[in-house]
Amino acid sequence: MGLLNLTAVQLSAKIKAKEVAVIEALDAALEQIEKLERHIHAYVTIDWEGARRGAEEVQEKINKGELKGLLAGVPIGVKDNICTENLLTTCSSKMLKNFLPPYSAQAVENLKKEGAVIIGKTNMDEFAMGSTTETSAFGVTKNPWNEEHVPGGSSGGSAAAVAAGQCFFALGSDTGGSIRQPASYCGIVGMKPTYGTVSRYGLIAYGSSLEQIGPLCKDVTDCAAVLEGITSYDKKDSTSVLRKDKDFIKDLKENIKGMKIGIPKDYFGKGLSEEVKEAVLGAAKELEKRGASLEEFDLKHVSYAIPAYYVLACAEASSNLGRFDGVKYGYRAEEFHGLHQMYKKTRSQGFGTEVKKRIMIGSFVLREAYYEAYYLKALKVRALIKEEFHKAFEKYDILLGPTTPVTAPKLGDSLLDPMNMYLGDIYTIAVNLAGLPGISLPCGKDKKGLPIGLQLIGDCFMDKKVLQAAYAYEEARGRFVPCIDEKLKSWHS
Amino acid sequence: MMRDRISDETIEYVAILAKLELSREEKEKILREMEKMLDYFSKLKEVDTSMIEPMSHLFDLSNVFREDQIEKQKKGEEILKNAPQVKDRMIHVPGTIEE
Repeated sequence: MGLLNLTAVQLSAKIKAKEVAVIEALDAALEQIEKLERHIHAYVTIDWEGARRGAEEVQEKINKGELKGLLAGVPIGVKDNICTENLLTTCSSKMLKNFLPPYSAQAVENLKKEGAVIIGKTNMDEFAMGSTTETSAFGVTKNPWNEEHVPGGSSGGSAAAVAAGQCFFALGSDTGGSIRQPASYCGIVGMKPTYGTVSRYGLIAYGSSLEQIGPLCKDVTDCAAVLEGITSYDKKDSTSVLRKDKDFIKDLKENIKGMKIGIPKDYFGKGLSEEVKEAVLGAAKELEKRGASLEEFDLKHVSYAIPAYYVLACAEASSNLGRFDGVKYGYRAEEFHGLHQMYKKTRSQGFGTEVKKRIMIGSFVLREAYYEAYYLKALKVRALIKEEFHKAFEKYDILLGPTTPVTAPKLGDSLLDPMNMYLGDIYTIAVNLAGLPGISLPCGKDKKGLPIGLQLIGDCFMDKKVLQAAYAYEEARGRFVPCIDEKLKSWHS
Repeated sequence: MMRDRISDETIEYVAILAKLELSREEKEKILREMEKMLDYFSKLKEVDTSMIEPMSHLFDLSNVFREDQIEKQKKGEEILKNAPQVKDRMIHVPGTIEE
């Protein structure tokens, strides 16, 4: 277990000091995969040979002094909707079961340049549509803290792999909470950066105006290091923003004395579990002790965030997923008569039910006569929500609340009542509508021993402040003991 | 509030737009859940947005121009490797014009 207790930044320091070889770190993670995959199933594809080759190449560059970065030599997982050159990228869908991308996502390229070693591709809800990783076409991922519970989603494989020590950090994507919510359920740190910070080039699109790639890590320092590594201006992504303040590590430990923290009352209303509420308010008190000021305020339009989000996300999905037609790549139906039937059969056989449902809803709301009633209306509500956050950030540096209303639900429960599952996104979704940076980090456990997530939200481009507040809380909280030591004993007995 | 019903014709029409062919079971399940979602979407009607401009982009975007230069990526083989059917280094597709 020795190496696996290290964070990514700690591991890389030991590798650069020649105390640990890259291949040893990789072997430690692979051994953990061999032990635990049958319980957890965090990965869709494991690149045993490629990872070994990668480790050797990185070691050579470190030896030559060519790689000196904070993440050099660190073995990682990548969510399966982020393209990796010549390594299967399936979106956990039958549609892309055999898809070998001819290029890597820009975020992946950036990490490779930093010397990260890709172990494999992590499981997810099909095309990132879901909150539990149960809509994957390749099997369910289990929560390492308790395998009767879901790891969250859609980046559930990434979160479970990090929590179980099957990699040292992972990339995920967050369209409506898909990094922060599984991070919360799995007791790790996950961050969605400000929209435009990380290039979406090579991220297989679901809701383009909402989503960002981001890190899932063991602690806030790793999170800052990974974000710094993947942030880049990219002309291949027309919504990419040139960020000049990307030295997230340098300013991480800044004192938070005088930081103004707003607590939206609407984040503590009906549906929130008492245990979550207590833990989150306890965390707020810790920040207050460190010199931050707390104040409650109203964020009343946030209750409209979920309907607005699902109109927009489904509309964008119906358009984005139009490209999967069996022509150039991916699945093609075997039997058909003519081109149109080929399209229809390919899509009907290749997509799972949740994906089809969202494409249908998107096509419904975008129909000519209904466009205004649904799509335009949702865009207006989105503007209103963004404006409300804008006003809040005139008064506060950071907003604080829970990441999710409850801890990880049991496997199977969420898909019985999808409407209820969508409502669980209430605290994460508005952040995507407004393009804000948000982080989730563990702030306690419930009676069942499942982790509780604290969410900190900043104004656009204030990712640094979010990380500073998170770091200050993490310091106050102390080490959050990972689940896996205890679990291993029980699985082996 | 009365729940919006989606007629069979509507769902058929939307399926044509979505290029999907749904089985009877799937159609029923999706229809049921779509109705619940649309019902929920109608909550948006409560919000007065008469003075609000729809926001399609988070930040002000302007066109990005660049020189019209060819950047050659020798990826032909890799791209063809992903095609469901290939003939003479071309992607093979069903006829687009009815005979």
